[in-house]
Amino acid sequence: MTHPVLSVKNIDVRFATQDGEVHAVKNVSFDVNQGEVIGVVGESGSGKSQLFLAANGLLAGNGRVTGSVLYRGTELVGARPAALNAIRGSKITMIFQDPLTSLTPHMRVGDQIMETLRVHKHMSREAAAQRAVETLELVRIPEAKRRMRQYPHELSGGMRQRVMIAMATACGPDLLIADEPTTALDVTVQAQILEIMRDLKRELNTSIVLISHDMGVIAGMCDRVQVMRHGEFVESGPVDEIFYRPQHPYTQMLLDAMPRIDTPVRKGHINLKPEDANAPTLLSVDDVKVHFPVAAGGGIFPKYKPLRAVDGVSFTLKQGETLGIVGESGCGKSTLARAVIKLLPKTAGTIVWCGKNLGDASNEEIRALRKEFQIVFQDPLASLDPRMTIGQSIAEPLRSLEPLTSRHDVDARVRAIMEKVGLDPAWINRYPHEFSGGQNQRVGIARAMIFNPKLVICDEAVSALDVSIQAQIIDLILALQAEFGMSLIFISHDLSVVRQVAHRVMVLYLGRIVELAPRDAIYTDARHPYTKALISAVPIPDPKLERAKAKRLLPPELPSPLDTRSALMFLKSKRIDDPDAEQYRPRLIEETPGHFVAEHDPV
Amino acid sequence: MLFYAIRRVLGAIPTLLVIITLSFFLMRLAPGGPFAGDRVLPPEIARNIAAAYDLDKPLWQQFLIYLERLAHGDFGPSYKIRDFTVTQLIMNGFPVSLKLGLLAITLAVAVGTTLGILAALRQNRPADYSVMTLAMIGITIPSFVTAPLLQLIFGIYGLHIFGLNLSLPVGGWNGGAAQNLVLPVIVLALGPIAVIARITRGSMVEVLRSNFIRTARAKGLPTWRIIVHHALHAGLLPLVSYLGPAIADIVSGSLIVEQIFGLPGIGRYFVQAALNRDYTLVMGVTIFYAALIITLNLLVDLLYGVLDPRVRLK
Repeated sequence: MTHPVLSVKNIDVRFATQDGEVHAVKNVSFDVNQGEVIGVVGESGSGKSQLFLAANGLLAGNGRVTGSVLYRGTELVGARPAALNAIRGSKITMIFQDPLTSLTPHMRVGDQIMETLRVHKHMSREAAAQRAVETLELVRIPEAKRRMRQYPHELSGGMRQRVMIAMATACGPDLLIADEPTTALDVTVQAQILEIMRDLKRELNTSIVLISHDMGVIAGMCDRVQVMRHGEFVESGPVDEIFYRPQHPYTQMLLDAMPRIDTPVRKGHINLKPEDANAPTLLSVDDVKVHFPVAAGGGIFPKYKPLRAVDGVSFTLKQGETLGIVGESGCGKSTLARAVIKLLPKTAGTIVWCGKNLGDASNEEIRALRKEFQIVFQDPLASLDPRMTIGQSIAEPLRSLEPLTSRHDVDARVRAIMEKVGLDPAWINRYPHEFSGGQNQRVGIARAMIFNPKLVICDEAVSALDVSIQAQIIDLILALQAEFGMSLIFISHDLSVVRQVAHRVMVLYLGRIVELAPRDAIYTDARHPYTKALISAVPIPDPKLERAKAKRLLPPELPSPLDTRSALMFLKSKRIDDPDAEQYRPRLIEETPGHFVAEHDPV
Repeated sequence: MLFYAIRRVLGAIPTLLVIITLSFFLMRLAPGGPFAGDRVLPPEIARNIAAAYDLDKPLWQQFLIYLERLAHGDFGPSYKIRDFTVTQLIMNGFPVSLKLGLLAITLAVAVGTTLGILAALRQNRPADYSVMTLAMIGITIPSFVTAPLLQLIFGIYGLHIFGLNLSLPVGGWNGGAAQNLVLPVIVLALGPIAVIARITRGSMVEVLRSNFIRTARAKGLPTWRIIVHHALHAGLLPLVSYLGPAIADIVSGSLIVEQIFGLPGIGRYFVQAALNRDYTLVMGVTIFYAALIITLNLLVDLLYGVLDPRVRLK
């Protein structure tokens, strides 16, 4: 039998904090064999990252580690920095979640890759540069030579993560530890990055540890899986065992909570109520545009070009209906929603709310209308004022829009809505930092629901939450909708979540609709190549389905939205080859009743 | 970047005009005048003096006259310091203050950043605490305490260590001789040393905790390389924005240091001119100081553009 690459025995990690000792990893043991991909799955705070930081001697100053980590027989725990530095970065390498902050901002990416080669392999500048370009080509970075001279902020998120991978593979490592490598990326980019990692494993026979909270990613990548919770492995086994025959209730819970793009059914959770076909129209949006002026070129007085964040979007929304808006970051999802409720000025178009044209409404009228449309934001903690108690935050809309309400009434209404969203009314005087992300999001929902509004916009409202918490918040939103009958605009980059919560789905690309259809039509009968690519990129928490997936078709990297040609990415036949020209506008064609597809070149 | 600089310089003109207008009229709100002394002048003489300096005209006319002269580069004569124009006073004093100030700020940057980096690397350990305590003392003890103290030690008693004579003159300019500069430069530098040490420590502590330092460590780089190539650059950036106004402040002289060491700088004019209602001199030093601040802030912004590739100056 061959020796494992990494052998971890009884690793225990503790942090000394002001609130006492935190026991982050509790006596964990496992092996990583040559050429194997191990998945470590768990929710935030499970200790999965700390375990591997500890193994590499990268713990924060207040961390203490005991136990043993053997890399091919060499002990890493307690090793001298020089001995450790001979292994990490060369034999064992790491890539991290956020590639922008994980790369040194003031160093060219080429220099950052060459640095590892020069330190570990003692290469000359020329040899290191040569090898760095090869590595960048290996992770499929186009124009690698030119990229070498760029800074991290000049690259897209996906490119940055590829640079991280190139840096981690330059020295030909035995073991690559990837800590949530795709969490901050769009699904299409995620699929590309995972593809690159699969290739590396195949070509270089590198062992990989993939740390992730996403069961879908784990299903498609890993040979063996360790499920981690509260610093312990609750279940370990081959990937098929874990997914098809989970033994531990926590594993089962994770699998159930994970939304699946291949089904709208939420096992063990509340399901979406079918819409009422006869419900009156609440909102109708016609040809709305939001353009931002962006300085282009130099000169003492620079010219401004319009950045078309939203470029001619029309839709209607019925009472009690949920419209899901999906698309990659930068496609204009949030801008559209904010323009609709007049949090942003629109450039053109009309918005009719309950028969009233909002374009004619005065500021006073809009202010009064705010009772009827509310918004819930992505980052629950950051969108609450840290100096206000949650009670004050929830009461604030009441105080500003119905200032005559008596203190007693305000208090009663706040307590009532807290109870509705699953918060103990006794917590009314607590502050946001005392709560978890899920609880703070309940506060955000309570604040939005206090007027019993007709429309609630959920802008990535569940995106920052762990899957188990995410499932609970979706339960809450669906339950509130069933009880109060409000309409929802549900914005998310996560197509699986949208499948569970939306009656109709709109797919945006560079500020324009490419497809708009009832949810099952979108997910089972997508017509537009972009929609197809998006859907095929989403990983499914099912190893067999993932393995059976044909080569994914992926759209190219998002082109510059300042270039008018970009909008015709899928209709190149009508494109005028001039970045500033007024281009053809693809029409939306109703292919089957209710299923609109933008014109595109035949695939 | 060139266009950016040109736009900023153009933008400085209205800023300066506002400053000139405001200070001209605010100054006149204060009671008294340059020739209102203890001795009451005969009315005829007072009238003649007022006429000679245009002080008998309506205020708005005086303002226009002042602006017109200013446009020709003429700051006018000092009302109180006979036979000198404002330009002469500033041009005589500024080289002294500039030399002292630049030396002091150089010393402060060298010592302050070293201490700050040391403290950050030894965070929450004795070295950190001692540096931060020293910095606190440096900030709290004013120069009118440190200056005489140093004069006493090095000037009056004289210091002899291992047969070396470390005595220094207590004051005087002496044409800018090195031994005359040591004490005032140290006194001027003490405050900035303390501030710089604190800024550097704070930002270095933050940088050392950041993700890209974790990456650098994961790459197996030696510690010195991580600090020099990855941390320092980012850690010293906040210092640049402090240095702009700090240099303007220090090279425009200090009344206290100049008085105690008997130095012919321009710091004293800021106070004397205002007390004496020496209108032209007040205007002169105000415009001079404003221009200095504007220039240095522009330099800081340009420097940021060079040091931080993420900053685009358009």
